[in-house]
Amino acid sequence: MSARKLGLKQRYALMTRGLDWETTYQPMEEVYPYDRFEGIKIRDWSEWEDPFRLTMDSYWKFQAEKERKLYAVLDSFAQSNGQTGISDPRYINAIKLFITGVSPLEYQAHRGFAFTGRHLRGVGPRVAAQMQSLDELRHAQTQIHTISHYNKFFNGMAEWPHMHDRVWYLSVPKSFFDDARTAGPFEFMIAIGFAFEYVLTNLLFVPFMSGAAYNGDLATVTFGFSAQSDESRHMTLGIEVIKFLLEQHPDNLPIVQKWVDKWFWRGHRVLGLVAMMMDYMLPKKVMSWKEAWEIYFTEAGGALFQDLARYGLRPPKYADVATAEAEHISHQNWCTFYQYTHAAAFHTWLPTAQEMDWLSEKYPNTFDKYYRPRYEMWAQMEKDGHRFYNMALPQLCTTCQIPMVYTEPGDPTTIAFRQSMYKNERYHFCSDGCKDIFDAEPEKFAQSWLPVHQIFQGNCGGATVPDVLDWYKLKVGEDNLDFGQSPDRKTWDEWQASKSRLAG
Amino acid sequence: MAQFASLTLQQTDAARPIIEAIIADNPGVRVLNMPGAVKLDCDGKLTVNRASVEQRIGRTWDPQEIHLVLISMAGNLDEDDDHFTIAWRH
Repeated sequence: MSARKLGLKQRYALMTRGLDWETTYQPMEEVYPYDRFEGIKIRDWSEWEDPFRLTMDSYWKFQAEKERKLYAVLDSFAQSNGQTGISDPRYINAIKLFITGVSPLEYQAHRGFAFTGRHLRGVGPRVAAQMQSLDELRHAQTQIHTISHYNKFFNGMAEWPHMHDRVWYLSVPKSFFDDARTAGPFEFMIAIGFAFEYVLTNLLFVPFMSGAAYNGDLATVTFGFSAQSDESRHMTLGIEVIKFLLEQHPDNLPIVQKWVDKWFWRGHRVLGLVAMMMDYMLPKKVMSWKEAWEIYFTEAGGALFQDLARYGLRPPKYADVATAEAEHISHQNWCTFYQYTHAAAFHTWLPTAQEMDWLSEKYPNTFDKYYRPRYEMWAQMEKDGHRFYNMALPQLCTTCQIPMVYTEPGDPTTIAFRQSMYKNERYHFCSDGCKDIFDAEPEKFAQSWLPVHQIFQGNCGGATVPDVLDWYKLKVGEDNLDFGQSPDRKTWDEWQASKSRLAG
Repeated sequence: MAQFASLTLQQTDAARPIIEAIIADNPGVRVLNMPGAVKLDCDGKLTVNRASVEQRIGRTWDPQEIHLVLISMAGNLDEDDDHFTIAWRH
């Protein structure tokens, strides 16, 4: 009788444990210089449990299979001119926001997990962080490959890395990751591994990618779900990190709680862009942002925090405020981009009558009362030949870097303003959540690169809007302004006309 | 509040037998169909059994193959040669 094959658990232990050693030429403290200053106490790294027992050989096997499937789809999509089959050309603007705002974050995550894997001394988290680092690089690459096909036909995508570093609204996602990557390795793991991957990433990759499927974007749904299959592994890493830290030492609880509070709120602010993509930029809609929030935060997050309560961890501070904001955030963001359409690298539009009815149905408490009248007024102004552009540079929140457009909790007609003094300078915030984050680390956030301040300081190509847009490499009349008059629209109309001619 | 253990899988030919196995083996499972994806929720615990999937596809199946069609999950994972289980209870 042949020897029985080893079980998964044994195989995993043999392939992942005992691979490290105590250094002798240099003290361990110098080899791992960053895993103590944050105050986290680890008694025994070997108590780390890996929920996914994926060994490196299986990892390569499964990832290779996923890549083969993905690239077969991308190739077919390009070969058969899939871009002509999407539901509505306005949809492409969500993809523009994705490549300029989200894909660069995948690359940042790749670098962040490479750093973290290097600097945590336990072998379990090192292996997991290494795999995640490779996953994130794969996500950046597959997204660039996929979207490069759309770039051949539509504007606004060609200068994405340049724009990510410069354009005002892209500083919101960029500064989120800059903040995480300049933190210590444990905070990075809670920020990205737990708060972003576990608590919030579903909101981006599940309903939005389902929306891509619904709008005929075969290419994006395929990279989206291919990435998301790695995401499940990242989510389990996120939940394992938090359990491990809380089990290791009671002193870790207040530190972890502070990070959970901070990164939940930071993530909530960044995801406001996704809220707008779902409610306004998907022509065929899967679910509203509010519905997605209920499923993925209220329900899934509720179950999670109920589970973590045994460690003394409570749900994130201001989770109730974020839930109340789910009634408003997509509308307030879309209204902002409508007003600043001249400075955005994607097109805007007013929702159609049908789309407004959908919004009324999904937001019965807020849409007709606060937002429909605004769109109707702007539609009238357009009709009268006075399309409204906001030419003032907005005040920004020092923490999230979003223009100060959000309203007071419970009072949607009053803009929320908060402020703090630090070293005789006054700093402004959009919310209590953002103010608390600044107040806990003013020495860090006082250094924020705020786009509007930089423009006024003369660091962004000049003093006029055209100077700044030029510095962004944003092509006026091609990349920006309303969809209705755009070259994208013209391209699409030509495709439709040629289809009609063929149909006779 | 109810704690749903949850798996989201792709709406593809490769995932369909796994979805069927989950529905057969987890009484009370709630199915949310979305374009391109299926979310399966079950109170407390959700299991994918190797034997049950193999019976449907007529070949051997390694539970780790679920990685090829998995989109998202909620719950603590326990993975072994014969099953892939997520649960909130301990």
